[in-house]
Amino acid sequence: MAAEDPKVKVEGLEEKVHVWPYLVRLEFLCALFVAIGLTVWSIVIDAPLEEAANPTKTPNPSKAPWYFLGLQDILVYFDPWFAGVIAPVLIIVGLMLIPYLDINPKGNGYYTYHERKVAIWVYSFGFIVLWISLIIMGVFLRGPGWNLFMPWQYWDPHRVIALVNVDLPYALGVRTYNMAMLVGGAIVSGYFALGTAAYFFMERKAIKSVGFLRMFIKVQLYLIMLGMVIKIVLRIGFNIKYILVTPWINI
Amino acid sequence: MATKKPEIPSLATFVEKIKSGELFEEIQKDILDSQIWKSSFRHGYADTPRNRVLQIASNVWLHLHPVKIHRHALRIKFTWCMGGITFLLFLSTVVTGVILMFYYRPVGEYAYFDMKYLQYDVPFGMLMRNMHRWAAHAMVITVWLHMFRVFLTGSYKPPREFNWVIGVFLVTFTLLLSFTGYLLPWDQLAMWAVTVGTNMARATPFLGHEGPFQEFVFGVSPRYDARSLLIGGSLVGPPALLRFYVLHCIFIPLIAGALMIVHFWRIRKDGGISGPL
Ligand code: HEM
Repeated sequence: MAAEDPKVKVEGLEEKVHVWPYLVRLEFLCALFVAIGLTVWSIVIDAPLEEAANPTKTPNPSKAPWYFLGLQDILVYFDPWFAGVIAPVLIIVGLMLIPYLDINPKGNGYYTYHERKVAIWVYSFGFIVLWISLIIMGVFLRGPGWNLFMPWQYWDPHRVIALVNVDLPYALGVRTYNMAMLVGGAIVSGYFALGTAAYFFMERKAIKSVGFLRMFIKVQLYLIMLGMVIKIVLRIGFNIKYILVTPWINI
Repeated sequence: MATKKPEIPSLATFVEKIKSGELFEEIQKDILDSQIWKSSFRHGYADTPRNRVLQIASNVWLHLHPVKIHRHALRIKFTWCMGGITFLLFLSTVVTGVILMFYYRPVGEYAYFDMKYLQYDVPFGMLMRNMHRWAAHAMVITVWLHMFRVFLTGSYKPPREFNWVIGVFLVTFTLLLSFTGYLLPWDQLAMWAVTVGTNMARATPFLGHEGPFQEFVFGVSPRYDARSLLIGGSLVGPPALLRFYVLHCIFIPLIAGALMIVHFWRIRKDGGISGPL
């Protein structure tokens, strides 16, 4: 019997084990460590309590709880309707869609980089760069006026940073409002159209197996994620404020 | 016939019984055979395969586990233990949170001073507050790490897609739990962090009074929009405190707790922890 299955022979162990005691004892140990760790932490460090809430005294900077600072930080680059409402919704919906968009059957239940490089890159980029590092920046480097301060710099509330930002169509030489709206609209829709077309062309062999709708939604999410990075680069590197300005929304 | 006098054991035999362990065996037998034990646990304690199965299957808490699992599911290198730790931290916040509720009143005039009272006068009050707060913060971190692990092992792939979706709800509710709790100390930190956070809702398309397209929706104003629904007014004041308190102590924990039960049940139904097959 065992000869048929070399793995069993080598390890000389059964594949399945009883939850009681093998798992329950691990859980118990884990609970013990968590309880001890939490107790020690709570004895050593006190939770903060500042002065009583005062609606007439706005602190500068006012920061959201640390886990939302990534979102607060993209307020520098996007208007609140996007940074504060649409972006979180897209993150939540996008995360929920992952199992339905990633239909690569490989790498189910084990660590592998080679069998799913794109997936790992996209998720790690979103999580580590766009989420965690923005949080770290928000906690430690954002000072009064939401300006960037290096750790050794004094948080000067009167520091003024001259903003010479212009909109992208203006930078391109467009001077009338309607024309700017048209150019901006063309750039944004062109970005999505070309991006989608390019992706479909690159993956043309996979369209059949992946399915049109699935691939379409996937590339839109990629493009939005990439677009956020592009916008951040444009803003920091080229002082571009908006790409598209309309009476209703600005992007 | 003379009734037999009950025998009084001499000290020597007593010590002998302790040394040989006989006494403990007798006590153990008395307990395990007692009606109370049997009615409570429904099976013996002897280490037999049958009892190992029953230990899980006949206990309402433990039966969220499968009875048997793959050996690889025990590896900490695989799971990082993060799901389990997240759950333990959640339980810690429930226990310490209930204790805090005995002392805390979600009223503008009292809330801040109840915090002071908790910190300086209530026995172990500061410790309970610290444990509650740090467990909540740690839970946010561990749930992200858990999610990252589940992604890296591809464990959201069939048949576990649905459990991943439940997981995304769970991470959302974990953040909301933490956020609603953030307001309750009613200090400067709390009030302004929540002001910054809820200000975003002003910009909700259609439903926020500063959001795009709000002019097409009848009746949207600073007093009646997505934000005022959240905080019960046009700024973060006592009504917001009460709202957040109810959300924080009743509504969200109940939903999150229910979802966790579903989450664990689904792990079992989806064939246990994922693994190479
Ligand atoms: C309150 C939050 C959560 C709790 C208490 C929790 C708890 C657990 C536990 C105890 C496990 C067993 C394996 C392990 O410990 O890694 C598990 C597995 C799993 N969790 Fe979570 N979880 C939570 C949030 C999430 C989130 C945010 C996601 C993903 C979006 C998620 C998706 C999954 C999946 C797919 C599995 C199965 C993993 C496998 O089969 O390898 N969970 N969860």
